[in-house]
Amino acid sequence: MSKEIIKIENLKREFTMGTETVHALKGISYSIKEGEFVTIMGSSGSGKSTMLNILGCLDQPTSGNYEIDSVKVKDLSRNELATIRNEKIGFIFQSYNLLARTSAIENVELPLLYNSKVSTEERRERAIKALQMVGLGERLDHTPSQLSGGQQQRVAIARSLVNNPVMILADEATGNLDTRTSYEIMSLFQELNKKGITITFVTHEPDIATFSNRTIVLKDGHIIQDYKNTNIHSAAAELAKLPKEDH
Amino acid sequence: MRLLNLLKIAFKAIVLNKTRTLLTMLGIIIGVASVIAMLAIGEGSKESIRTTISSMGSNMITVRPGADDRGPARGSGGNVQTLTLKDYQKIKEETSLLSYMTPVVNGGGQVINGSNNWPSTIYGVNPEYLDIKVVGLQSGSMFTDAEVSSASKVALIGQTVVENVFPDGEDPVGKMIRFNNIPFKVIGVLEEKGENTFGQDQDDVVIAPYTTVQKRILAIDYLNQIMASAISEDDAPEAVTQVTNILRSQHQLLDSEDDDFTVRSMEELISTFSSTSEMLTILLVAVAGISLLIGGIGIMNIMYVSVKERTKEIGLRMAVGAKGADILMQFLIEAILISITGGLLGVILGLSATVFIENFLNWPTSVALYSIVISFAVCAITGIFFGWYPARKASALDPITALRYE
Repeated sequence: MSKEIIKIENLKREFTMGTETVHALKGISYSIKEGEFVTIMGSSGSGKSTMLNILGCLDQPTSGNYEIDSVKVKDLSRNELATIRNEKIGFIFQSYNLLARTSAIENVELPLLYNSKVSTEERRERAIKALQMVGLGERLDHTPSQLSGGQQQRVAIARSLVNNPVMILADEATGNLDTRTSYEIMSLFQELNKKGITITFVTHEPDIATFSNRTIVLKDGHIIQDYKNTNIHSAAAELAKLPKEDH
Repeated sequence: MRLLNLLKIAFKAIVLNKTRTLLTMLGIIIGVASVIAMLAIGEGSKESIRTTISSMGSNMITVRPGADDRGPARGSGGNVQTLTLKDYQKIKEETSLLSYMTPVVNGGGQVINGSNNWPSTIYGVNPEYLDIKVVGLQSGSMFTDAEVSSASKVALIGQTVVENVFPDGEDPVGKMIRFNNIPFKVIGVLEEKGENTFGQDQDDVVIAPYTTVQKRILAIDYLNQIMASAISEDDAPEAVTQVTNILRSQHQLLDSEDDDFTVRSMEELISTFSSTSEMLTILLVAVAGISLLIGGIGIMNIMYVSVKERTKEIGLRMAVGAKGADILMQFLIEAILISITGGLLGVILGLSATVFIENFLNWPTSVALYSIVISFAVCAITGIFFGWYPARKASALDPITALRYE
């Protein structure tokens, strides 16, 4: 049996809005094993974003237990959380969040800048390797404005890979892309997953879920569905089915 | 995170916003440049006053009758008759710190040579006067002690007097002139000295034995002044005290009584004028300092804009593992880099301005090293001080809010 990367037990998150208390997550338990490709689905207000923030160690649960790679996250300080994010999680955002007017390679190097254990040479080496993995080995010095949306998201994926995280956490990573490009990105995710990288993908698009091997559906702060996907679609195959673009 | 990485990040942010950074720096540049230029002008004029006064005889000591009330309503010491030849002789007998000494009586009058006349001042002195005032002779010779004793009607005249009463260029030596209708034989012409620091023409003088001037011209038996030279500049302050003590006992003043005379050295004069110019320097520097402050506020302003503008970037940096301290340092270093670069450019501009002022406006300047060091240090401190608050604000951002910021 493979290792548990994420272990969540009876997790609750409450927000106080004036005199009212909003229960965003009302006692959630699940775990994610190494090598899984999980989509977390839910409509807006389901607690999806709150789940994502806690998974990404950007936020702390009100109660319950959250362990990532056997580290108990609860009660960690701001700085300790930053270190966890730096060493264990790779973030991918809907709007890419690349640094403007900064080359692809420097963007990818960014997480390693905040890790004093990595030397300048090693940083560059690992950034090049990560960019090669996402198929941008030839565009190291391009700035975001010189890259298409799909390429920018590839740079962001390379950035999430560069610190060898235990899990990649994607937030609507295809939300800003057209169908063709999102299939390309999903096929990249599937490739990475085949290499053993654990992926958690937060989305509200049901067809994205068909590319993953497990889906968790949230509603009103509860898990209403958690199922293994028996019929995993191949994004590469879907891509081939799309009508050819003429250019 | 290593400092070098932070430096790189900050440097990049600055390079990416060249125009904005330069405009921000402008305040600092102007501030530093003006501090340096103003101090250079201040120091320069102070030095020039010092050299001018020194050229008049830096170890000169003057004794005037009347108390020293340096207030604005100062009475004319010349009318007080408390300084006499006896005082002069007493000082001469008892002093050990004076090398030259002369009684001085002076009065205004008309210098007449034939149809030419000119209003001037006659100074009655003894031969040591030339050594005290450090003035040489262009032609002729100084009168002798014998001529002083006999109250001879001989005189030396300055260049201005020569030009006005001997307009045809003839040699005045040996000629007769009249001062207030008393005939004098011109026995010498003084070297040209030009105007002194106070704008007084030092060549508009007639010099004669003090005995002659006392008896024939002014009809007085007291002195207007005693002039002396201390043996050296260093002895001047002590000589002042010595002369004061001699005169107090000579005048039989009680301890409770104030001096009825005033002894001054050039050194004091220098410090009086220096303090005036120092005051001016302080004012100039204060104005320059204010512009430096405004420059600092400019930095704070732009750092705020920068933090606001890059909220999302800060969120991202935090998401990928930047700690609060990393963000704080990043923005602080950026602010310091701006202010130090501005300071450096300011130093260069200030030095160029000084060179310009010296060469094209012909104002004396003197760049003090401390002005460069101080303004540069102030710059760095300005950067830290005004960069701290925006940087602090950036580091305290919540990563979730920052990431969602549009």
